[in-house]
Amino acid sequence: MITLQNINKTFRVAKRGAGFARAAKALFSREYETVHALSDVSFSVQGGEMVGYIGPNGAGKSTTIKIMCGILTPDSGVCQINGRTPWKERVAHVREIGVVFGQRSQLWWDVPVMDSFELIRDIYKVNANTYQRNLDELVEILDLSEILKTPARSLSLGQRMRCEIVASLLHDPNILFLDEPTIGLDAVSKIAVRQFIKRLNKERGTTVLLTTHDMQDIEALTERIVLIGKGQILLDGSLAELKARSPEGANAEEMVAALYKEYEI
Amino acid sequence: MKLYMKYFSMHLKSQMQYKTSFLFTTLGQFLVAFATFISISFLFMRFDSVGGFSYEEVLICFAVMMMAFSSSELIGRGFDRFPVLLGNGAFDRVLVRPRNVVFQVLASQVDFSRLGRFVQAVAILIYALPRSGIDWTFGRVLTLILMIACGAFVFFVLFVVYAAFSFFTIEGLEFMNVLTDGGREHGRFPFSIYGDGVLRFLTYIVPLALVQYYPLLYLVGREDNVLYALTPLLAMLFAVPGYAFFRFGLNRYKSTGS
Repeated sequence: MITLQNINKTFRVAKRGAGFARAAKALFSREYETVHALSDVSFSVQGGEMVGYIGPNGAGKSTTIKIMCGILTPDSGVCQINGRTPWKERVAHVREIGVVFGQRSQLWWDVPVMDSFELIRDIYKVNANTYQRNLDELVEILDLSEILKTPARSLSLGQRMRCEIVASLLHDPNILFLDEPTIGLDAVSKIAVRQFIKRLNKERGTTVLLTTHDMQDIEALTERIVLIGKGQILLDGSLAELKARSPEGANAEEMVAALYKEYEI
Repeated sequence: MKLYMKYFSMHLKSQMQYKTSFLFTTLGQFLVAFATFISISFLFMRFDSVGGFSYEEVLICFAVMMMAFSSSELIGRGFDRFPVLLGNGAFDRVLVRPRNVVFQVLASQVDFSRLGRFVQAVAILIYALPRSGIDWTFGRVLTLILMIACGAFVFFVLFVVYAAFSFFTIEGLEFMNVLTDGGREHGRFPFSIYGDGVLRFLTYIVPLALVQYYPLLYLVGREDNVLYALTPLLAMLFAVPGYAFFRFGLNRYKSTGS
């Protein structure tokens, strides 16, 4: 169960022009610009729900995810996840969530994937039985048995992403944040990842919040989408609703493009 | 601790994947340290003493500081490379793990190539200690151990402070190297030779002299006051402001995210 109420977040960004003269000037006086990364963001996600969190680059998706993971503290607003405020009770909070950053690996580059998994087991203090059960199950579903002894550097991107997902589920989180999980994957891997997420949600009731630019992910996985643009929640509704207000015969990609245009983001 | 050993063996496995690279880096570390040793030796071919200290005394000083520094770097490299961790987002991963942040950064790197310097330091100690004419008592042995252990600790805190600075800026961090690498390089001579100002700074602000100059006086028998032998313990208080500064930086990171 996730609730966000009126979350605000601003960043101060140093303005710096191009060229030597301006760089020299910046040494002495910095001009700052306040960027509103999130303004009044509110939404809630029920346990077991699967939500697609979409928006153009720089809209505030990652900032929201970081706040929900306890990495960032917002300027104001309330966020409750499993009854806790993430940035106040970081350790207890992160025990119950899983996070996959599509563009960053949590696997050790030079050692067999299995070793990374075992380290994660120890970090989260997962008991031996739970670990074995989870590992066997995940490895079977994601078809990884043959690559467990391979170092991460020798894996293909698709294999690695599947391992990343396993790595973030070994401790039985009840919420999973997926930040662009299918980025750069080939068609076969994408489908494998999607099927897996669907199954996870169905069988374990894991709450999934997913950001993506791939509209097929959204179509395949989520019934509900939350659209963010320029730090504001613009739309929160079902995919069906969105379809109804879009031009006839448009695919997901076109619908979202139309939305971005409509909200001028 | 068990978890740290787990990380430790993972690092060992990773680095042993590149054996040649490991060997050359270690050898390089050894040679750089060796060059410093040679330069001290040349210096003492011309002069009998530097700032009133003999060749053997300076060598002990040099070896102790190098040993302290290299053991600190061996385990504390995670803080030394902290700006990288921040830059590539790996630090966010640290924050989503249910473990102490400082512990995780510490465990994120173990640099075995630093053993090159360490071995050099051991060799020099083996050479210099028997020739130094030190009258070995239990207290003096303990003093030597304290100098090395607490010295490593102070360098480690310096790495943590360095890491804390990188929460605020990634530019201009070079000045910290004056204290870390500079502390090691200049620490080959007792800090008193650099004058009162430097000595005071290294006593009260960055307590490197507390693990080097004062206990050295006791070790070589120039000072009988046992307090001199215990100054390295005092130096460990440096961890209090060091850690506080890191926490402060961390809070700022969590509110700015950059």
